[in-house]
Amino acid sequence: MSVARKSGAAASLKAGATECELRSIVDTVLGLAKSIGVAETEVHVDETISALTRFANNAIHQNVAEHTVNVSVRTQVDQRTARATTNRTDEDSLRAAIEASLSLAHSQPKNPHLLPLPGRQRYRRVNRFIKRTAALSPEDRARAVRRACDLAIKNGQTAAGIFSSAQSQSAMGNSRGLFAAYRDTHAVFSITMQEDPAASWAKENAADVANIDPQRLAERASDKAHRATDARELAPGRYTVILEPAAVLDLVGFLFYDFAATALLDKRSCFNERMGKQVFGKNISIVDDVYHPLQLGAPFDGEGMPRQRVLLVDRGVPRNLVYSRSSAKVAKKKPTGHGFMLPNEYGEAPMNLVFSGGKASVEEMIASTDRGLVVTRLWYIREVDPYEKIMTGMTRDGLFLVENGRVTSAARNFRFNQSILEMLRNVEMMGPAVRATGEEAFEMVVPAMKIRDFHFSEVTKF
Amino acid sequence: MYDLATAALDTARIRGASYADVRVMHLRQRDLTTKNGQVGTLAQSESIGIGIRVLANGAWGFASTDRLTREGVAGCAAQAVSIAKASALAKRGDVVMAPEDAYVDSWQSPFRKDPFEIPLETQLALLLAADAEMRRVKGVTLAETDMQFRKIDSWFASSIGSRIHQRKVITGCGIVATSFQGDEIQKRSYPNSFSGQHALQGYELVESLDLLKHAPVIAEEAVQLHAAAQCPQKTGTLILGGSQLGLQIHESVGHPIELDRVLGQEANFAGTSFLTLDQLNKLRYASDIVNVVADARLEHGQGLGTFAYDDEGVPAQCTDIIKAGQFRGYLSNRETAHLIGLQRSSGTMRTESWNRLPIIRMTNVSLLPGTWAFDDLLADTDDGILMETNRSWSIDDRRYQFQFSTEIGWEIKGGKRGRMLKNPSYSGITTEFWNSCDAICKREHWTLWGTPNCGKGQPMQTMGTGHGASPSRFRNVRIGTAFSEQ
Repeated sequence: MSVARKSGAAASLKAGATECELRSIVDTVLGLAKSIGVAETEVHVDETISALTRFANNAIHQNVAEHTVNVSVRTQVDQRTARATTNRTDEDSLRAAIEASLSLAHSQPKNPHLLPLPGRQRYRRVNRFIKRTAALSPEDRARAVRRACDLAIKNGQTAAGIFSSAQSQSAMGNSRGLFAAYRDTHAVFSITMQEDPAASWAKENAADVANIDPQRLAERASDKAHRATDARELAPGRYTVILEPAAVLDLVGFLFYDFAATALLDKRSCFNERMGKQVFGKNISIVDDVYHPLQLGAPFDGEGMPRQRVLLVDRGVPRNLVYSRSSAKVAKKKPTGHGFMLPNEYGEAPMNLVFSGGKASVEEMIASTDRGLVVTRLWYIREVDPYEKIMTGMTRDGLFLVENGRVTSAARNFRFNQSILEMLRNVEMMGPAVRATGEEAFEMVVPAMKIRDFHFSEVTKF
Repeated sequence: MYDLATAALDTARIRGASYADVRVMHLRQRDLTTKNGQVGTLAQSESIGIGIRVLANGAWGFASTDRLTREGVAGCAAQAVSIAKASALAKRGDVVMAPEDAYVDSWQSPFRKDPFEIPLETQLALLLAADAEMRRVKGVTLAETDMQFRKIDSWFASSIGSRIHQRKVITGCGIVATSFQGDEIQKRSYPNSFSGQHALQGYELVESLDLLKHAPVIAEEAVQLHAAAQCPQKTGTLILGGSQLGLQIHESVGHPIELDRVLGQEANFAGTSFLTLDQLNKLRYASDIVNVVADARLEHGQGLGTFAYDDEGVPAQCTDIIKAGQFRGYLSNRETAHLIGLQRSSGTMRTESWNRLPIIRMTNVSLLPGTWAFDDLLADTDDGILMETNRSWSIDDRRYQFQFSTEIGWEIKGGKRGRMLKNPSYSGITTEFWNSCDAICKREHWTLWGTPNCGKGQPMQTMGTGHGASPSRFRNVRIGTAFSEQ
């Protein structure tokens, strides 16, 4: 069966394509490329169907849906390669994409390090497609939003947030017989409850919308917003902090590219000259594991190589990196299945970080703290020093003072300037690792952490 | 394209929409990068589709599709109406739109050289030559270059009768030298960090940058920074270079004046604003030499915020934001204008692509030139620090407290540029900072900088914005805070 049609109006993929339908586009492109004499060709086909309901001031104010299909073609000829992408799937457009890729490829000098395309691979199956998430309707989302807004009104608060759902299908193949396919679903509910002058926030993200409880999140944000209204201004300085998982995620998320072998080759990783050394505390271990039950993502990389589970940090010591085929060859290692789509200058990165956790609850962390701060969420985090990994940013949506083992008041938001390397040497307690979601980093599996001597440099006005 | 747009509007009306607008967009993009003498990214893409926004039962719905057939477009319009009716399940009042005339027009941004017509070999040869110039300097461990070109056609149609076609050509280009030595990574970028300068221009922008002249200069500076003195921690006088000031404007003026943010519509993600409605025409935002406008008109310059009509069909305008230090205006759209007593939108609705809803966006939010020659400004500064080229930026979710760091700094002593400083940073509170401005350089030092990566909205949209700025001086600024106690 072929989905691609010859010329004329755009021949669109039926929404919610099957693996067979995606494969037929891959095969069409490979066939067209072969017919015009292209030596090596790689094709990615990606379809996304998504919808997002956005609310603010206790009402829905934006409500959107989209359907996109992209076909991305990479040709490789005479040690040269380039990529062209189109969202049209008729045969003329696919041929034009092949020709554009060829034209780009021919325009550049030869790259003696370019590898031939990989052949067939074997992949572990993962099941991350949940029908009820894909079937979530605008009315379903509106009803959940309405309940959350009603709670806000009842409590004299103002709610803002999103409820989204998406399904995506992707397939890739190449002229050496490699073929890989993946599909998943994805839902997010995020809510900010405002009670002047304070606000608080809660968010969850899952493949299965049944694992998200919007009303529980609304209640949590509502309660914290109410408790945050009478914030004290504290002096900047070093504090013991209890970072909730979202706050941990948005900070440690900035570490991910440092584990790329290419980043070390380029000498822009904080692990240059630090591999094999005791960089973090002995209670910190990190793996990249796309197969972890709390993770999402395809079991193959941008070149179609199977993703491997990689132990990155073992009891505080960075031990391993992730490799694309190219960086693996340079380092005389095996590819780990973390390469980006070629051509690119970044190489690879671990996209499914899982931190080892502990057993402590946030409540136990609070009870064990003489003086410290509980941080709900961090905001606008940026890198100040790439080698010491000093990050700056703000606390947001709920900062609470702990004194003598209990929360005694809210505190005005702080700016921090904190080295992540130092921070992960100062972790005193950890909770169980959970699938965390924030706004700065992609989702990872991280625990809440109690950390000593976290550096807050300035305070803001609220 | 207007046939499809009209079909969408017809379907929306039949299904119950009281208002609808449609954008058919065709986006073409080319990206080229090099790294250490090798081609990095070499890719081009195109995307075409339709986005349909409707008002039904007093609430908004939006749907988009790449199925550009009558059947596909009609289905998409029906979906948009259905979504609007679902929105009405959780509405608190009906949407009211400021009146606007209907326009039938076609506009193309001016350019001298179409970047898609320049041979790729020429473009790559220039990047590889700049790359080689940087690597010629001992101590440079990473040389990177890039060019990006975009051509965007949009066909806007609305149920009030507008039919507007716009074509925009956008060019971006930059180079970066990085040096790893001892325990630090230093880098220098030209003409700006985060992929260089970007403008609503053709390939003439690239040719104007003279990459080969500047490549060895920034490479030398990146290496020299290792031996430079650490920027001190103190409260003192700060002179900002134009590109850094452009980002300062973006973060501490451009975002807080977005009316959707002020009204709480971005509270869950991008945040709110300290510029509550009671501050309009009352707040002393800045010192009396500070004048800021939001100007999308071509006469302001060929910036990333320049257009003829916004994505809601409203003509480009110039709005006073800060006039002689007083806070005078917000960025508004047809839905919010009446909330601040305006009869008309200020024309700032913009969308990233056909599959995204237009939202309030900065256009060209610019600090108007002052009166100082740059050399005179330095000569007039007894003790200060000059900081150039952004390295990091962060500001709280109400846009009060910010911290920026730059790639390089220089001590100013006795009116002269002195030693180089590494790891410069400064921080402050927005209104205190702008009220401390006591000198702005004149038009000949003014550049309309492009910020290509402004993220906002859910789903996230990336938009280009323009920020005209010339070097300016600020007093009593907290300097060196990023490295305090480290």
